[in-house]
This record gives sequence, structure tokens and C-alpha cells, in this order.
Amino acid sequence: MEYTPNELMVSQAARQLRNGEVVFVGIGLPNMACNLARRLHAPDLVLVYESGAVGARPDRLPISIGDPALVTNSLSVCSMFDIFSYYLQGGLIDVGFLQGAQVDRFGNLNTTVIGDYFHPSVRLPGSGGACEIAILARRVLVIAPQSRRSFPERVDFITSPGFVDGPQTRSRLKMPGQGPAMIITDLGCYEFQQGEMTLTSLHPGSSIEQVRGATGWPIRVAKELETTEPPAAEEIRIIREELDPAHLYI
Amino acid sequence: MQTKLMPMNEAISRFVNDGDTIVIEGFTHLICFAAAHEIIRQRRRDLTLCRLTPDLIYDQLIGAGCARKLIFSWAGNPGAGPLYALRRAVEQARPRSLELEEYSHYGMVARFTAGAAKLPFYPLRNYMGSDLPGVNPNIKTVVCPFTHEELAAVPPLNPDIAVIHAQRADEQGNAQIWGLLGVQKEAAFAARNVIVVAEEIVDEKVIRSDPNRTLVPALIVKAVVHEPFACHPSYAQGHYDRDNDFYLRWREVSRSESSFNAYLDEWVYKVKDRAEYVMRMGEQIARLRARQQMCGPVNYGY
Repeated sequence: MEYTPNELMVSQAARQLRNGEVVFVGIGLPNMACNLARRLHAPDLVLVYESGAVGARPDRLPISIGDPALVTNSLSVCSMFDIFSYYLQGGLIDVGFLQGAQVDRFGNLNTTVIGDYFHPSVRLPGSGGACEIAILARRVLVIAPQSRRSFPERVDFITSPGFVDGPQTRSRLKMPGQGPAMIITDLGCYEFQQGEMTLTSLHPGSSIEQVRGATGWPIRVAKELETTEPPAAEEIRIIREELDPAHLYI
Repeated sequence: MQTKLMPMNEAISRFVNDGDTIVIEGFTHLICFAAAHEIIRQRRRDLTLCRLTPDLIYDQLIGAGCARKLIFSWAGNPGAGPLYALRRAVEQARPRSLELEEYSHYGMVARFTAGAAKLPFYPLRNYMGSDLPGVNPNIKTVVCPFTHEELAAVPPLNPDIAVIHAQRADEQGNAQIWGLLGVQKEAAFAARNVIVVAEEIVDEKVIRSDPNRTLVPALIVKAVVHEPFACHPSYAQGHYDRDNDFYLRWREVSRSESSFNAYLDEWVYKVKDRAEYVMRMGEQIARLRARQQMCGPVNYGY
């Protein structure tokens, strides 16, 4: 069955979520991945949104992180102080989803500026909750389309730290979370070995040469490189018919 | 007790001054655009604007030339790209330059919390490994006197004025809110003056029938404004939905200075107040009306 790169990324992200986990959800593809997992193998997944909704069951695709559909029928709606202090800093979040305009070798993410901070060539939105999610969530999943420009060896600005500059840095800086577990792009999936991004699974139809061409440093490749399992017909059906019927994200 | 009810133009002219530090909060939900439009009409200048997400409301204030500085944590048009008026101010100083002071969401939440509790700082386990402290000298570290661990610290934020929108309030300003609560409570308690704007003005008996829902008490409120539909294109749970199409269209409206100014002319300067804005919206309002989903009652008796 034919599928789009975004459908592949959503299905890959959904498969990383285990039943019963507590997920800090972002809008767009992460939201779709969580709601896909909840309909399939993880019915007891708890969706927490930074806007304050806990155990949300949105019956339409949320357009914004503060969509009213996140409130209706959720388990709890609390203040943002509660969300960031008690849920995130309190250690209740198993998985945090992040996106980045730039992603680097050590999984650091930039959503602040391209170029110099005080004289940027492009001013991006900034951190939002991303910085604290990167530091505090037990593990972090990243969805990002890959290109040589968006995957430089070093991001222009670390908004949300990954492994910063090496395998020991997170523990030296006493970051509670374990950092990025997987980066999912339109070319492949990457995990971290010695704190460095390593290609572990290649999507059907993409090649290692393509990956090298779209990465700003000599990328590590795992010894046992796998081929990504494409999205199943049922996953594609749920995405198209239930999660994004207006095709805003796919 | 004397009523605090007054029209929006009186509340803004009495409590918002040139040079003030101001917060109009509401995280996606309950963002009081009517207050911002009145500030633009009264041509306030040199404001320091505080909000986690500047959103379209501060894009409009910035593009109208009301702001000198922005204190924030995420500056985008949610789901629809950048805020172009903000970018023009930052990149080209048009219509004037804009100073930025930037945090993450938790940093902003912590600043309002310290401000509300009148503490000199708020500690958080955050920012290690990030470049944010390197560009914002207000993000510092502090050593815990008990565990000796190093924590991040941010200073209090105490705005001159907070505008809080509520679904309902009484004439004294006891304001009840449901749905997403954002940082409205912290922002209100941190501010020196509070204006409450409400979809509905109710009798004190209604407030007293459900005291747990009161987010902001009258004792910190200076003015109460009755202004239905004051949040459009934002929303009020149980009243009207977010106008997502408007947020998408804003991308084109704000992209050029001329279309931005044409919007302000048509929908702000040439409009007397929110009632006229609502009238001009006409039938579009029906599209946004919330469907009903009532909650079960609780027993407050003893």
C-alpha cells in the first residue's frame, strides 16, 4: 500500500510508545503518533499536553496545543505550573516528543535562531516547553524531516539539549532525563551510541548515500542496519480516516 | 459595595499607562483581544509586553507600535508559521525596534509564580546544557542550602497591570474560569492591578454556589468589564470555539505592512468597541458557537 513520508514517520513514532506510558505530546505529527498508538497497541497511553490537559481524548485533530477538544472528556485540566512542576519536573513523564528546525550530531535541537542570536538570519519561535522537556522527560523522541541544512554537525543555538557534546555530559550536568532515544526522519531512524546519532534503520526506498548527503557530518551507521517496517494498512487507514481526515499534516 | 463594572475604554484609560509592563494572559484559551484592540485605539506607547506565547494579540500590539519590549517563551502563530509583525520589529525595527527577553515556558511560569508569591527568585531544575542562559542574564543559578545542588533561578515578574478574561464574574471581580487555566492565576496575583473581563456578569450568589471555580478573587481586582465574545479569534470554553481559519489567514494579513495596517484600520481603528466588532462579524459567529456539554453537579453541603 502506498504511503507518504509523514505517514511512515507517524507510524514509526507510534511504535516507540508502550502501553501505560505517560507522554508529553506536541501538536502535529507527535499528536498523531500518540493517538495512533492509543487506538492500536497502547490503549492506556496517558496523553499530557503542556496547555494543562491530562489524559486527553481529543475527538478532532487539535490544531493548536491549547485546542478546546483537549479539555472536553479529559481526565484532568490543571494550570501550567502544575504541568511543568508536578508532572514534568516531578518525574511523571516517560516520553517527551520534540521537533527541531536543526538537529545535530549529539541530538541537540534548535528552535530559536538560524545564525547569530543577536543578528539572526531567521528568527524562529523559541523554546516553548521544549528545553525543559529535553532535560526532564525520561526519554525523548524527535520527528524531523532531514536535509544537510537542517542536520548540521553543530546547531547554531542549543534550545533543547540532547547529549550536548558527548556521552558523559548529561550526567555531569545532572540532567534527570536520559535524553533523545530516537530521531525519526523521512530517510531513517537514528539511535544514540556513545551519545552520537547512529543510523539504525533505513526506510524502504532510501539509501545510505542519501542519508550521507542529507547529514552535515560523517554519520555513524549501526553494524546491524535494519530496514524500517512500512506502515500497515490499518495504520494508514486510521491516520487518513480518523486522525487527519482533512489531510492537514499528511 | 460599589460596583467595579465599567466599559473597556474606561478600564484601559484608567489602568494602562504609557511605559507600563502589561500582561494579557490566556494559553490559547481566553486571550482577551478586545483589551488589546482598545489599547491600540488609545495609542498607548512604550509598553513592555509579557506573555508565554505572544500570539496574534501581541503581533497586533507590536505592529501597531505600542510595544518597546517583549518578555516571552514561544513566539509563533500556532500551527500556521511566524508572527510577521513581530519579525519586522526585530529584524527591521519597523514600525519601531523591539527588545526581546526570552525564556522557556517553565521559566515564564516560574517568573509569574515568584512575582505572585513575592519571592526574590524561583528555583527550577532546568537550562543546563541549553544556550538560553548565555543570552539572557536573568537566568542564573543558585545553590540549594540543603542539598548543595545547583539549580536554575529566575527573578519575579510583577507587571503593572494584568488583563484576565473569565467565562463569568460578579461585579466585584470574583472571576470563574474553566477549561485551560494557563498562568492566569499566577499573572493576576503577580500584577499590581488586575482588570477582569467576563463573557457573563453573574450575581455573587452564583459565584458562592461554586467557590472552587473562582480563579481570581475580587480582592485583587480593580475593574470588571462585561464583554461577550472578547476573545475572538481565541476562544472561551463553553461559549465559542477558536477561529482556526482566522489564525491561518493571519499569516497572509501580517505578512506585509500594508495588509497589516489595512486590517487594523478596518477591525480596530474604525471600530468603536467590541460590540461593534461582533456586529460586523455577523453570521460568522454562529459557526463558532460551542455545543453544550454540561458537567454533573457536586454537593457543597455539610
